[in-house]
Amino acid sequence: MLARAVTFALVGLEPRRVEVEAHVQSGVPAFTLVGLADRACQEAKQRVRSGIKSAQLEWPGNKSTVNLAPAELKKEGSGFDLPIALALLAASGQIPRERLGEHASCGELALDGRLRRVGGVLGVAEGARRAGLERILCAYDACAEAALAGVEPVGVRHLAEAVAYLRGEAEPPEFIAGNGKPRRAPLDLADVRGQERARRALELAAAGRHNLLLGGPPGIGKTMLARRLPSILPPLEEEAALEVTRIHSVAGLIDPEHPLIGYPPFRAPHHSASTAAIVGGGPRLRPGEASLAHRGVLLLDELAEFQRPALEALRQPLEDGEILVARAAGSVRFPASFQLVGTMNLCPCGARGDPGAQCTCSAQRIARYRDRLSRALLDRFDIVVTAPRPRASELQAGRGEGSDGVRARVVAARLRLAEAPPSRTPAADELLTRAVEGLRLSGRGRAKVASVARTIAALAEAGDVEPEHVAEALAYRAPPDLAT
Amino acid sequence: MSFLRRHELPPLLRAIHDPPRRLYLRGAGDTEMLSRPAVAVVGARACSPYGTQVARMLGRELAAAGVVVVSGLARGVDGEAHRGALETDGHTVAVLGCGIDRNYPAGHAALAQAITERSLLVSEYEPGVEPAPWRFPARNRIVAGLCAATVVVEARERSGALITADFALEEGREVFTVPGEITSALSGGTNALLRLGATPLTSAADVLEGLGLEAQPRPATTHPLLELLPATADELVRATGSTPGAIAAALAELELSGLAAEGDGTYRALA
Repeated sequence: MLARAVTFALVGLEPRRVEVEAHVQSGVPAFTLVGLADRACQEAKQRVRSGIKSAQLEWPGNKSTVNLAPAELKKEGSGFDLPIALALLAASGQIPRERLGEHASCGELALDGRLRRVGGVLGVAEGARRAGLERILCAYDACAEAALAGVEPVGVRHLAEAVAYLRGEAEPPEFIAGNGKPRRAPLDLADVRGQERARRALELAAAGRHNLLLGGPPGIGKTMLARRLPSILPPLEEEAALEVTRIHSVAGLIDPEHPLIGYPPFRAPHHSASTAAIVGGGPRLRPGEASLAHRGVLLLDELAEFQRPALEALRQPLEDGEILVARAAGSVRFPASFQLVGTMNLCPCGARGDPGAQCTCSAQRIARYRDRLSRALLDRFDIVVTAPRPRASELQAGRGEGSDGVRARVVAARLRLAEAPPSRTPAADELLTRAVEGLRLSGRGRAKVASVARTIAALAEAGDVEPEHVAEALAYRAPPDLAT
Repeated sequence: MSFLRRHELPPLLRAIHDPPRRLYLRGAGDTEMLSRPAVAVVGARACSPYGTQVARMLGRELAAAGVVVVSGLARGVDGEAHRGALETDGHTVAVLGCGIDRNYPAGHAALAQAITERSLLVSEYEPGVEPAPWRFPARNRIVAGLCAATVVVEARERSGALITADFALEEGREVFTVPGEITSALSGGTNALLRLGATPLTSAADVLEGLGLEAQPRPATTHPLLELLPATADELVRATGSTPGAIAAALAELELSGLAAEGDGTYRALA
């Protein structure tokens, strides 16, 4: 007998319909799985066999063949366990075939028949909705995630529960819809003392979505500041939140109880990260850190310690807002519109810029250290701030302004920039022209100053960009010894 | 490309005890420039922001007063002195420690190019000679030899800039030294020179006076922030009670007018 279950394979973030066909016929007992299944998927044979037996169901003792169609599409991962098991059970007459055809399904089976959550449930559920299927069978703790796609999730904890439901013998356990209130990381800008200029730069970066480079000796709070950038960013709009959640779902990073990522994500890969880890790809075509930071912040701490190819690979997403991972078999697009924040020391020993320490680096060593960043990448930073070591008295000062107050200004400035972006007065234009000549700004340098000046004006609730806004923006340009 | 034979060398250079056999020249500058009053500005390659700014300021003010600024095209103090001179209508001469056709260090190729447009690169080595460590002390004797006075801006205790100062002293030329912090290793060499009797330099006028020249009057400045420098932007915010944004704007204006400069987060007055 022949039976069919429906699931979806994700190519990048795109769901593609996969029909799991099971054929049980008489012959020498054997179980064959065909249809370009990868290793994890091939291993489904063992899990499905044990799972079916543990669920007190009958293993079709004949010659069984499972085909994952279309055969030319690569199938990866363990999410096919459940549809394979259900197709086999339907083919051997243990569950009604028509009812199975009305559901999409995905999930990994444990040897005792329990169901485990897999990555990418949101994508599979969206595929189901687009294919006109109204219900998706999945692991119980994946329900909240699947529900985000607008299909009705049928969450089951065990294969036996799924079978009982499909036979119409029992209702599935009711799931508690994931709350729409994701949590924000509990970091607050009030913890940062002193560093007035760097705080100001952080606020500007948040308001204008500018890329920010923080330089200075170690221990002055560069990383601490950068980690607090998400706390002053506005929450994500619904559409954006869903987009971000989709990417995180593929990477298996969803919190089952708070599946929707409602705040700008924050990613801080270690500097040993490979190119594939940062921009995505690899044999399984997973989104990289740059995509996981989509609509959020990508912090590259100790920027100069990253491998140069990994940094250079970021130039494309910084330009286009997405990453195109090309493979011989085709290419996959991952959105990657993130805000880049970098921190670095001023020299390899770290003492430069610290009045209390003596830098022992030779001129060549410093030049080599700074050469690790290409001109092209440095050009992508709109705001560059060098923070020297604060004096002891600064650290005794009270706590700084908290994130809530700063965020309110950021939200207002963003609204202003979107609705009525301020434009330069003639006097501001003249100052900008003078700066291009006097400070030898490049064309891109000029554009960056102009854009930061617009943000400054918006934060100041000014109708126009005045000369003082341009002047302040000039203070955040890249210093010439970094830019050449 | 041309060269001067020994008997064609400018008088000051011909007077040293082992003048070069030939002096190769590159650049659009007039050879006569080598006979004009010249001052060497030398110092550490890995200099501090303080050294960078002093070298640049001296290069600019000396050149503006009509002095030829001579240095060795190295990173750090040397390069800044050349750059300062190029900011004016004046002239600068870079003495190379390698073949006249080479640009060393490579990072200063653009600077070398800028110098050739109006001034001169000189070397005693024929085209094609590789840079080598032992050629730089020999180069330093030409730097000192071309000049009536040598200014050491920042130098560690065993710095090549001290070799230049030694040559200058041997030939009876004046040596000026920019005082530095006693706690900084970058002041080790300059402070040792001061102890040996070098003249402390506190402004370009100190050198110019000895050459019988007058410093160009500086534009009078009255900006209140200038009196608080050197300071970081954060310190100024606290000292004045202004917002970080207003301080940043004021500092950028000062930078644009050439009255202040930032290095490693600290702003300094260029006066």
